[in-house]
Amino acid sequence: MADTKVTLCGIEMDNPLIPASGTFGYGREFSEIYDINCLGTFSFKGTTLEPRFGNPTPRIADAPSGMLNAVGLQNPGVMAVKQRELPEMKKFFHKPVMANVSGFSIDEYVETVRLLENEDQIGWVEVNISCPNVHGGGMAFGTDPKAAEAVCSAVRKVTKKPLIMKLSPNVTDICEIARACEGGGADGLSLINTLMGMRIDLKSKKPVIANKTGGFSGPAIFPVALRMVYHVYEAVKLPIIGMGGVSTAEDVIEMMLAGATAVGVGAANLIDPFVCKKIVEALPSVMEKYRINSLSEIIGGAH
Amino acid sequence: MKQNLYTIAENNCIAKDTYRMVLKGDTSANTRPGQFVNIEIPGLYLRRPISVCDCCSEGYTLIYKVVGKGSEALSKMEPGARLDLLTGLGNGFDVSKAGKKPVLVGGGLGSAPMYAVAKAIRAADPDAEITVILGFNAAEEIVLVKEFEELGVKLEIATLDGSAGTKGFVTDIMKRLDYSNFFTCGPGPMARAVEATAKTSGQYSLEERMGCGFGACMGCSIQTRSGNKRVCKDGPVFEREEIIWQTPK
Ligand SMILES: Cc1cc2nc3c(=O)[nH]c(=O)nc-3n(C[C@H](O)[C@H](O)[C@H](O)COP(=O)(O)OP(=O)(O)OC[C@H]3O[C@@H](n4cnc5c(N)ncnc54)[C@H](O)[C@@H]3O)c2cc1C
Ligand SMILES: Cc1cc2nc3c(=O)[nH]c(=O)nc-3n(C[C@H](O)[C@H](O)[C@H](O)COP(=O)(O)O)c2cc1C
Ligand code: FES
Repeated sequence: MADTKVTLCGIEMDNPLIPASGTFGYGREFSEIYDINCLGTFSFKGTTLEPRFGNPTPRIADAPSGMLNAVGLQNPGVMAVKQRELPEMKKFFHKPVMANVSGFSIDEYVETVRLLENEDQIGWVEVNISCPNVHGGGMAFGTDPKAAEAVCSAVRKVTKKPLIMKLSPNVTDICEIARACEGGGADGLSLINTLMGMRIDLKSKKPVIANKTGGFSGPAIFPVALRMVYHVYEAVKLPIIGMGGVSTAEDVIEMMLAGATAVGVGAANLIDPFVCKKIVEALPSVMEKYRINSLSEIIGGAH
Repeated sequence: MKQNLYTIAENNCIAKDTYRMVLKGDTSANTRPGQFVNIEIPGLYLRRPISVCDCCSEGYTLIYKVVGKGSEALSKMEPGARLDLLTGLGNGFDVSKAGKKPVLVGGGLGSAPMYAVAKAIRAADPDAEITVILGFNAAEEIVLVKEFEELGVKLEIATLDGSAGTKGFVTDIMKRLDYSNFFTCGPGPMARAVEATAKTSGQYSLEERMGCGFGACMGCSIQTRSGNKRVCKDGPVFEREEIIWQTPK
């Protein structure tokens, strides 16, 4: 029997699959089409202290083997998540969920995480310091090691839950940021968020996306993400959630060989809403094909 | 929402840059007129949303215009080829509000979902006095005339250049009519003109660039009088009273 179990920061998961934040909402749309309890867990939409509408539209652009988004962290705010989304989620998802949190100041990150601390449904806190689509926050914290460490250690003080810092690829040396988060008391790292990109419409001769730039993700970024997971694995001792372009069971295994303990799937959910279920179902036979008995044994196997 | 494979039965040019595609396959997810499908096009990453023009137990009829890479690739596909579709997307029109004398206003290929609306109203009420107003730039773009006439509706055409029907805008015709309710789909400027003309309550089908088409990504959000809505999942159809009209960019 293929063993797909992995343990992420002390919490055992049936398999390493984690739909990535922003591509799975609060789970409801997907729970209507399949039983999402087949997943390892999922990371819910980036949540902030106050409700946000996000950026003007168009927010989306197509690209070769990928897409750009500049949603700008649209979410109902942490209180609505506590009062509405989490009680609703309890009806269809019975595993610990990952709370993805964003902010525009250290105080905001801290306050949002503090408000989620007593929610038993939340297994892990994933702190997004890498959103390229908002101004004066988000990625600004993830591109400077000192700022990254400051957010991390401040949030650390208000949560006993496993703390995972989500890193940006839009830096010269991602290992430096990873080490700063390790120093700040993180329990794990999540990488990568989207790569900054843009498209220009030839008819209007203006940027396609109203925000002008957006975050590029999808299969095109897989080799970039894989390389970063590989190097961060060597730079720190923390477990890694590897993501960026993952769309198949083979990609999951490749990410784990690079050093990922668990694997996130983002844009692929938007193209094929059943993709995560299909990957979970395909894993045992793909493992058999490559003579893998246990997924947890292959983590970092390429080093 | 369902995901299924469909076989292309027909894919013909029916007007300038405009194609009719008939797809064979499961249509059980489509429950209301004005819903749409999201088509995976080989070689492109994001799916392309297209309204259902007609739907029967055997399959879908779509009408689309070649405007870019995706629609061009679709237009080159041959009968027998297969396509992966997400179906049953969006809320669709509520035709129970039509009343005895509804008017349906379609601009360009906004005419396609209006056919589905006309058919649904006709099925619910054989006596309804349905008026359909279609607007095009020129005669060479006109589609669906025969199909609408077969439903026994009063059909009015407006063209901007006067090459067919009334010269001018759909609203030049609409403002002369009495109607119980209106249903409309078309480009932004037309929708705003309808808003300035309309005398009753009604429903608009709106368009936004989409990531997923089924409510997961927040790519298509708009602000309405009843809060933030996703055009793909909470729409694309919105009641007149809900919409906050933005000044054009
Ligand atoms: C709910 C809905 C229903 C639609 N129904 C129809 C229909 O019945 N017939 C028809 O001809 N067209 C319809 N459209 C518009 C159609 O989706 C676009 O014309 C098509 O996606 C263009 O793709 P492309 O690759 O040819 O163009 P490109 O410009 O190369 O497309 C690039 C990207 O922009 C998006 N895009 C481009 N134009 C539009 C647009 N007007 N609206 C939304 N996204 C766009 C594409 O989906 C793609 O992601 C509908 C759009 C929506 C949102
Ligand atoms: C539409 C969209 C919205 C996203 N929103 C968030 C978010 O709110 N918080 C976050 O940490 N990452 C967000 N991301 C980034 C993804 O979680 C993921 O890190 C990235 O897309 C790379 O994975 P992929 O190539 O599989 O999409 C978003 C991505 C997309 C495509
Ligand atoms: S297109 Fe993804 S939510 Fe509407």
